[in-house]
Amino acid sequence: MSRQQAHRLAVVVLTVVAAIVVIPIILVILYVVWKGLPALSWAFLTEAPRNGMKEGGIMPALLGTILLTFGTAIVSFPLSIATAIYLAEYAGDNRLTRWIRMAIVNLAGIPSIVYGLFGLGMFVLFLGFGTSILAGSLTLGIMTMPVVISTAEEAILAVPQQFRTVSLSLGATRWQTIRYQVLPHALPGIITGIILGLGRAAGETAPILFTVAAFYLPELPRSIFDQTMALPYHLYVISTQVPGMPLEIQYGTALVLLLIVLSFTLVATLVRTQMRRRREW
Amino acid sequence: MAVAKERVGASPPPEQQSQVKWGERIIETVIKMGGISSIVIIALIFLFLLREGLPAFLDIPLRQLFGPTWYPIEEMFGMLPLLAGSLIVTVGAVAIALPLGLTTAIYLGEIAPPSLREILKPIIEVLAGIPSIVLGFLGWIALAPLIQNLGAPTGLTAFTGSLILAYMSLPTIISIAEDALYAVPKEYRDGALAIGATQWQAIWRVVLPAARPGLVIAVMLGIGRAIGETMAVMMVTGNAANIPSFQTGFFFVPVRTMTATIAAEMGEVAQGSLHYSTLFAIGIVLFVISFAINSLAGRLVGVDGVRRSRGGML
Repeated sequence: MSRQQAHRLAVVVLTVVAAIVVIPIILVILYVVWKGLPALSWAFLTEAPRNGMKEGGIMPALLGTILLTFGTAIVSFPLSIATAIYLAEYAGDNRLTRWIRMAIVNLAGIPSIVYGLFGLGMFVLFLGFGTSILAGSLTLGIMTMPVVISTAEEAILAVPQQFRTVSLSLGATRWQTIRYQVLPHALPGIITGIILGLGRAAGETAPILFTVAAFYLPELPRSIFDQTMALPYHLYVISTQVPGMPLEIQYGTALVLLLIVLSFTLVATLVRTQMRRRREW
Repeated sequence: MAVAKERVGASPPPEQQSQVKWGERIIETVIKMGGISSIVIIALIFLFLLREGLPAFLDIPLRQLFGPTWYPIEEMFGMLPLLAGSLIVTVGAVAIALPLGLTTAIYLGEIAPPSLREILKPIIEVLAGIPSIVLGFLGWIALAPLIQNLGAPTGLTAFTGSLILAYMSLPTIISIAEDALYAVPKEYRDGALAIGATQWQAIWRVVLPAARPGLVIAVMLGIGRAIGETMAVMMVTGNAANIPSFQTGFFFVPVRTMTATIAAEMGEVAQGSLHYSTLFAIGIVLFVISFAINSLAGRLVGVDGVRRSRGGML
């Protein structure tokens, strides 16, 4: 085989393998849409499950996931942004900074079920929040921190150094510079990070298993100390724990969850593209 | 950023200045505390795992704790079958994902025309976004019956888990491997081509060896992702806590992983019981494994590089 033939063969093999990776992804999404679409209706989204969940809709689970996503944002946002600002603007090249970075890398790698154990041990039992929206939001919020931090830090670092220099030379303090010059320009990137993190949180099951998720709870939560149903756990329950579940409802639930999570990714991508287009430097 | 702002003429009058300074100091302290929070949180996670899981290490003799029988009803807490289950599923996932992921990274980074690249990359990002429970659901309801039809006694096997895990770790492997290829200077390729190599020879003999450390890290983090995955694995591996005998088709029998055991059994145990703390002990083992993998990967690349690759997941 000549060198040129080897090259051509390699290109063919590489292309085929890339197709093996990409085509199943498209098929999976089309399959869920195709099977789940017939179940979707206004009633499916706005009614509570009935008759042992074999009829009715997914409203309590949908609402629970929305509530948890808000809770996650409230927990994750301040801590992550503070960390990102610290790392990008204040941190020196020293041991503390290296430790912080090491901690973030490791937080990103901890299995989601271990976050669930931690939430159970600390929030549910030790702090006495019980199985509650509060405990679940805290657990999910902490879990999303690494994604938000790294995206936000990149966005802050992408603001040109001259912006800071000019602001400082005009007599602004370091914080004023960050507040009025750096953060406004980094905002779209920061928002991208938050949306990405929330998308992840909305689809997670393992961290909410022991901290918030209710098996079947048709009434809505009244406070942050109540349990709630959540879509990912609901999908797990109706597909493996309830015998004789109509397939249509299962696929419909999977589709709604998929749409929610993918719309987060889509919005994040759009914000990022928009940001790149509008960038003035 | 150390600019001598005091020298600037138009600074605020003295009393206002001290106010600004106070506010400044408070805000800087708050931000610094936020920065340290990651360290505090990871310490808290470990502490609380220890708090609940330590009794298992103290009350169960180590030989039993890592022994071959997991049968909680009889108070037999041997983690070996679970470790074996996680190992088999993870090794299988890596064996599938490694060739697929590296090849796709090479294709995207070196061969694919830019227009195709712009279509393919978002599709792979979408894969990263699909919740594990949705993939588990599809594995359970569609893939498992398919595998059973191929002749296995059941579709819920280590292989089914590996297959799904492989696709779940592909986005991690591809994005980090692509970064590693991208970091190889263009001069290397030009140099190889200039002395008469074909493009493939340049990739195989020059670019890949130069990118090897980054590729190793891609694989490590892929393994980390696979070993910690819970829901999908729980739904498709059949949850049998046996050590598969290494005879025929040990890859095609049901297994149970560490993660799935925690998820499946925590709901039914009495708080504070030995079973309960053993599940936390499994959590400690998982924590230590992921800590080892990530710290090693972090050290190999210089922590900064890993952070960038992870951040660039979208």
